[in-house]
Amino acid sequence: MSPWPLLSTLVFTPWIGALLVFVLRRRAPDSVVRGLTVLISLSTLALGACALAHFDPAVTGMQLVEQHAWISALNVRYHLGLDGLSLVLVLLTGIISPVALFGTLRGVRCPAVYGALFLLLQGSALGVFVALDFFPWFVFWELSLVPAFFLMKLWGGPGAGRAAYQFVIYTIGGSAFMLLGFAALYTAAGTFDFVELAALARDGSLAAKLGGPGAFWPQAVFLGVLLGLAVKVPLFPFHTWLPPAYAEAPVGASMFLTGVMSKMGVYGFLRILWPIFPAPLQAAATPLLWLALGGVVLGAFAAMKQADLKRMVAYSSVNHLSYCLLALFAVAAAGRTNPAASAAALSGTILQLFNHGLSAAALFYCVGVLEQRSNGRRGLGDFGGVRSAAPFFAGFCGLALFSSLGLPGLNGFVGEFLIFRGVFGLAPWAASVATLGLLATAIFLLTFWQRVFHGPAAGAGVNFRDLDAGELVTLLPLIVLMFVLGLYPQLLAGLINPLVTAWAGSLP
Amino acid sequence: MTLAVQHLWLIPALPLAAAAVGALAPRSGRTLAAGAAIGAMAGSFILACLALAGALADPAAHQVFNFAWFDLGFGALRLGFLLDPLTAFMCVMVAFVSLLIFIFSTGYMKEDANYKQFFCFLSLFAAAMLGLVVANSLLLLFVCWELVGLASYLLIGFWFHKPSAAAAAKKAFITTRIGDLGFLLGLLWLQDNQGTLLFYDGGAGFLEAAALANLSHLLPCGLAVSTAIGLLIFCGAVGKSGQFPLHVWLPDAMEGPTPVSALIHAATMVAAGVFLIARVYPLMTADQALANVPVHALTVVAFIGAFTALLGALIAVAQNDIKRILAFSTVSQLGYMMLALGVGSWVAAIFHLLTHAFFKALLFLGAGSVIHAAHHEQDIRALGGLSKKMKVTYLTFALGTMALVGVPLLFSGFWSKEAILHAAHGWRVSHLPFYAAVLGVVLTAFYNTRLMAETFFGSPRSENAAHARENGPAMTLPLVILAACAVLLSLVNLPSYPWLAAKLLGEQEVRGHPIFEGAGLMGLSVVLVALGVGLGWALYGRSLRANSAAKDPLAVRAPGVIAALANRLGFDELYAATVGRLNAALATLADVLDRFVWGGAVDFLAALGQFTGLVTRETDERTLNGGFDTTSDKLRGAGQAYSQAQTGEAHGYLRTLALGFVILLLLVVLGGAR
Amino acid sequence: MSPLQLCLVLSSLLFCVGLAGALARSNTILVLLGIELMLNAANLNFIAFWRYGPQPAAGLGVIFVLFAIAVAAAEAAVGLALVIAIHRHRKTVRLQDSTALKG
Repeated sequence: MSPWPLLSTLVFTPWIGALLVFVLRRRAPDSVVRGLTVLISLSTLALGACALAHFDPAVTGMQLVEQHAWISALNVRYHLGLDGLSLVLVLLTGIISPVALFGTLRGVRCPAVYGALFLLLQGSALGVFVALDFFPWFVFWELSLVPAFFLMKLWGGPGAGRAAYQFVIYTIGGSAFMLLGFAALYTAAGTFDFVELAALARDGSLAAKLGGPGAFWPQAVFLGVLLGLAVKVPLFPFHTWLPPAYAEAPVGASMFLTGVMSKMGVYGFLRILWPIFPAPLQAAATPLLWLALGGVVLGAFAAMKQADLKRMVAYSSVNHLSYCLLALFAVAAAGRTNPAASAAALSGTILQLFNHGLSAAALFYCVGVLEQRSNGRRGLGDFGGVRSAAPFFAGFCGLALFSSLGLPGLNGFVGEFLIFRGVFGLAPWAASVATLGLLATAIFLLTFWQRVFHGPAAGAGVNFRDLDAGELVTLLPLIVLMFVLGLYPQLLAGLINPLVTAWAGSLP
Repeated sequence: MTLAVQHLWLIPALPLAAAAVGALAPRSGRTLAAGAAIGAMAGSFILACLALAGALADPAAHQVFNFAWFDLGFGALRLGFLLDPLTAFMCVMVAFVSLLIFIFSTGYMKEDANYKQFFCFLSLFAAAMLGLVVANSLLLLFVCWELVGLASYLLIGFWFHKPSAAAAAKKAFITTRIGDLGFLLGLLWLQDNQGTLLFYDGGAGFLEAAALANLSHLLPCGLAVSTAIGLLIFCGAVGKSGQFPLHVWLPDAMEGPTPVSALIHAATMVAAGVFLIARVYPLMTADQALANVPVHALTVVAFIGAFTALLGALIAVAQNDIKRILAFSTVSQLGYMMLALGVGSWVAAIFHLLTHAFFKALLFLGAGSVIHAAHHEQDIRALGGLSKKMKVTYLTFALGTMALVGVPLLFSGFWSKEAILHAAHGWRVSHLPFYAAVLGVVLTAFYNTRLMAETFFGSPRSENAAHARENGPAMTLPLVILAACAVLLSLVNLPSYPWLAAKLLGEQEVRGHPIFEGAGLMGLSVVLVALGVGLGWALYGRSLRANSAAKDPLAVRAPGVIAALANRLGFDELYAATVGRLNAALATLADVLDRFVWGGAVDFLAALGQFTGLVTRETDERTLNGGFDTTSDKLRGAGQAYSQAQTGEAHGYLRTLALGFVILLLLVVLGGAR
Repeated sequence: MSPLQLCLVLSSLLFCVGLAGALARSNTILVLLGIELMLNAANLNFIAFWRYGPQPAAGLGVIFVLFAIAVAAAEAAVGLALVIAIHRHRKTVRLQDSTALKG
């Protein structure tokens, strides 16, 4: 008897749940629907924990693999699998989604439709993290845009229509190039399977099939795939869709977008670009490193200029994700020169993915609380002295802020330290310039904190209501995790350490 | 009984637990929070004393306890605790001074609504500082270093409803963070170079000979690697210890409640920088053996220290806020400590750090006592005459001042300052720092005389000062204890019996030298102090200020200089005009790039897409669709016209049929005829 | 005049009578009668051409005519049924009133 298909269950439970919630929307009271939605969303965490229990960190290959023929004419397979990287992101999804749903379901119109769309989104993201064949992977990748679009457009702010269109069209535009790239790969190699393609790339036959090293065609394919991923992450300067999208989306969607969906791009870099195109990536890594550095520094400085708190937090996401890419490209550029630094940079990248998910989601939720208490105002100057009226809220928001600016003891520091540790060993000049980003992050986050929470009560800060029980419960898991992962990062580092060591050891 | 190094973590853990208690206690739990904080601090103090006993048993040893924190690719990232005399002395000092400040705070902050929170933050502050002291890993030290920054941020901005306090807190955090980035880079460089951040690890730590030998190769710019790393780490110390050019945050930090100022200026925060350099001293001196390098790390430290010492003393002369005067005196004294480190006498620096901790805590708490009694009047021009009203405060404050000034023989400050001057005098690289330090001594004596004269002598010059009363024992008791320490601490390191120096250097035997060795220098400094005091007394003491609006006698004589000094030599303005503007310009650039260049490119592409769509739509509608439409219209018209013939009248059809038949017939007939 | 010509003249007359009847009368039944006359004129032509043609022995012409008569009978039945149906609906058998099939 074949073992229970855990990963399929993981991916499709939210989708089936979405259908269920949608069907029940008229037949059951709202409270039941809301509870059901959150429960279904929590299933990911439970199943992720099951996967964790069956997971052996020492194995660096794929685990819990499910493989079936799907479209045999095209050699497309339904192939799911899990390694440390996927597991970390699955767990992140399992944490962010229920929290975002629980925190925002109470206040939205048509909670059932919202919940159903959200669960669809969750399932698609999970699919992206576990699919190992390009075909299903791309289906999940594109499907995630649909619910995101509707969540943004129907529940978003006044500029949501334009932002949602821009988001979807920009991303699809990037993906189209990726699709072309993979079509070319398929023509050359006859398979869509990531594992097989990576194996072909390792022994060099993939480049030969595509036309030999130095030829135009492998470069073009690489650039196409790169473009698709770069838009999604986003890599500077393909990031302009992000601030309006995150700012106009409803809070729950913003939490999910920044917490989970922004990780899909970096995941793609690690799962696709890195193993399948090692040589072109190495050749292009230095200019890409500059771009990532631009994201780190200019993202942070642009955040300083934003008057809209959500846009500010969105730019801080650009900055934080650029650290991941910075590490990645530094490793790619350096090759095998300094494996210890490479391993540190790679584990930093993965930890940063998780940690940024936590702190950015918490920050977006805090801005959401501000917005909800003040009839949708979220300007830097619209508040003042909130800390006097709402000490708990101020404390929680402050923790999220300090986690985001990398205070030791909270989670943000660990990832950033490892990234800097690695990048310094590989490209010291890049690390030195990137510290400017750290400084700018501190400046704008403290400005946020000072303008909103400090000073005499002003604007919407007068008679500000402190967090209620529901909001407290929403933030608490995130805050607790910030402390736990800040003090004991081994929880995550243990899952990925053999994997990144293997990666760093097999660099070209 | 001694404390083993494995249990050293208890020292910071106790106040950390107290901070957690303070954070989780209900708002009404004032006594609980304060009690936990004071109890934990007392516990830490006792443990620190036990640790000191353990360290003194074998002062040359570096007892370490290392453990893995988490996996870092190949191998694990290790942290650890270290017990040696330096750590132990610092622990005792920090715990003791913090304890007294905590006790003082119960009186000072009695009326504050956020009393509980205050003790929570104070405990966090002390915990972070103690953690920094006991760390055996530069990373753990950095972690605690940042936590010290956080706690100082929270405490400086404790009265956050005041915009100036909120701004000062942010300034402190950002300014020190600028230095911290250098520290971080130095740390990364070390980790990359050495693969470890442990100080001592049985021969494998980076402060041990094997590792230091790896750091002596030269960089392309001519510096040794150890110099570069040392200077980067020193950046962190410059930020935290308020050295030029990052000293600007320290005076603004006076926005916090006075016990916080005492804590920042005496036991925690600013001491951290000096401690850091003393801790990594083997690294800082690693380049001394190299002759062909342009600069040694310690030379930079010495010059920055000397310049800061002079700068702080100069600016202090023209300040009127009692806390600001003390703040600039801290800047100046920290300069002395850095100078001592730079000229090679880290023991003198630590001695001065310890004595300064006591008398500066005393001075700040005394100032707090004055401020509390005078209803938050901080301007010395509006005080006066407090010597009769606040006897205990007056006497203890006077003792503290004398220690700071370096009144000979009896006071601890004299001996520690003497050690520094002695070391600076013997420095072979340059004599400039020595002269700066000497000038600083005169200025210190001068501004402290002014401070005493204006605050305590004469008659009250404001309502607030007139109504001042002595504070309760919670506030005066710490003053008395600290005053006793300020005097008695000189006994631990007299030139004839330099016990502290011997222990710090790891010697079992204490070898003193006769008191008259270096007596010439000592005599010089006595003369300098007398000169400063005399000048101050002549200007401020002989003819006391009549009212708070009267002109400062010095400002009358040299208005331009005093105005410039009162404005702190314009450093804040300079930074606002350069760094601040650069920062704003970069932010604007990034924003404009985003909005117009990248965003513009995207919009352009979108517009191009829309334009293409428009063109194809028009082509479709006008040309292609137009053609088809016309054709089908014509066809339909033809059909309609045709169908008119079909009338439905059977007779009509028949007639047509017949007609057709006839025509056919005619054709046949005619055709047949042809 | 040969017998064939005589027959053809007769059938022409018969045809003309039928045509005149069909065109002139407004009673639908009479129009149908006229049409039947025209048909029978055609039948007469068949018979005549057969009888005086090159192969009078084969019964081809008679078969043609019999078929035509059968078809005409069926037509007449259908036509009459239509007339009755129209009469039932419209209460008239005037051909001019039934113009619903116009274009």
